Amino acid sequence: MAMLHTVNKSPFEKDSLGSCIDHALEGSSILLFEDGVYGALKGTTISGKVSQAMGDVSVFVLGSDLRARGFSEESIIEGIKVTDYSGFVDLASSHDNVQSWL
Amino acid sequence: MKFGIQVNEGPYNHQSSDSAYRFTKAALEKGHEIYRVFFYHDGVYNGSRLGVPPQDDRNITELWEALAEEYNLDLVVCVAAAQRRGVLDESEANRNGKDANNIAAKFRISGLGQLIEAGIQSDRLIVFGD
Amino acid sequence: MSEVIKKFMYVNRKAPYGTIYALESLEVVLIGAAFDQDVSLAFIDDGVFQLTTGQDTKDAGMKNFSPTYSALGDYDVTKIYVEKESLEERGLTLDDLQDLKYEDEDEDWAEKDSIRLVSREELAQVMDEQEILLSF
Repeated sequence: MAMLHTVNKSPFEKDSLGSCIDHALEGSSILLFEDGVYGALKGTTISGKVSQAMGDVSVFVLGSDLRARGFSEESIIEGIKVTDYSGFVDLASSHDNVQSWL
Repeated sequence: MKFGIQVNEGPYNHQSSDSAYRFTKAALEKGHEIYRVFFYHDGVYNGSRLGVPPQDDRNITELWEALAEEYNLDLVVCVAAAQRRGVLDESEANRNGKDANNIAAKFRISGLGQLIEAGIQSDRLIVFGD
Repeated sequence: MSEVIKKFMYVNRKAPYGTIYALESLEVVLIGAAFDQDVSLAFIDDGVFQLTTGQDTKDAGMKNFSPTYSALGDYDVTKIYVEKESLEERGLTLDDLQDLKYEDEDEDWAEKDSIRLVSREELAQVMDEQEILLSF
């Protein structure tokens, strides 16, 4: 089964993104939204872990939450795909199950 | 696709209810079905009709109600969580000797079984919380 | 109650008492038992703290709901996954946790352990197989 993982908290506030990455199997996807979008930024203490995970897992970030926080596509790790709520719905549909890392 | 939605947080304090609303709206606009939106923990506060948020910002309860009206959504507030937090309908208020009720018109109060049933009947259940 | 049987997992990642999530998620599990689904519980990260023994809440003025975990067996909740790495990170072992049991009706009501100590890797596989995952 391919799971969609969602992460909505900043990796600097709590370790939900780290925990998610540690449990995400190859072929699954991670969507970063709400404060979770900070996990998509380049040059942070967690960027390395996220980049490494991207070898096995597809990572998406919700554009509206990124822009709300003053960041753009230029600020995020290369390879992370920016999506919107329509894309979020498509991700939930195309994956077999959804797990929210709160 | 049939989606079940769980909202764990109250309006404004966390972005959860906004996110859940936006997801729900996008799913409906794409022609998917929303089996139920279940409000648990502080999420029950989304179901209070007494909120008076600032005029220049979104009114989260009203947004949910307008969506419910347009798409005939089932917005359910968990009775146990609601009692704990003081969100009551007329019947709950009478039953518990309270002098007022505050549930918003498009929400209904029901048991946790409604959440489990949403999980059983939906293709995907998505949780929005903290 | 339902002809459909789905794999439901309740994911617990938060400590008890500091927030209400541990208590209210347990309430969902108990109500959910009536629906005869294929239920598992997972305790990871700070969620493992929910199962510690010796919780004395008197001076904190809060209800001690930890005895409820030992009743889970009576509600047909027999698969309780506890993540090894989460315990180790917190300096805990299984000995620090409640000894949760259930009675196996298929084996003459023999008493068995409900807690399954699993590695992060094993738990990731179990999670992947679930159809509905509830997080609190």
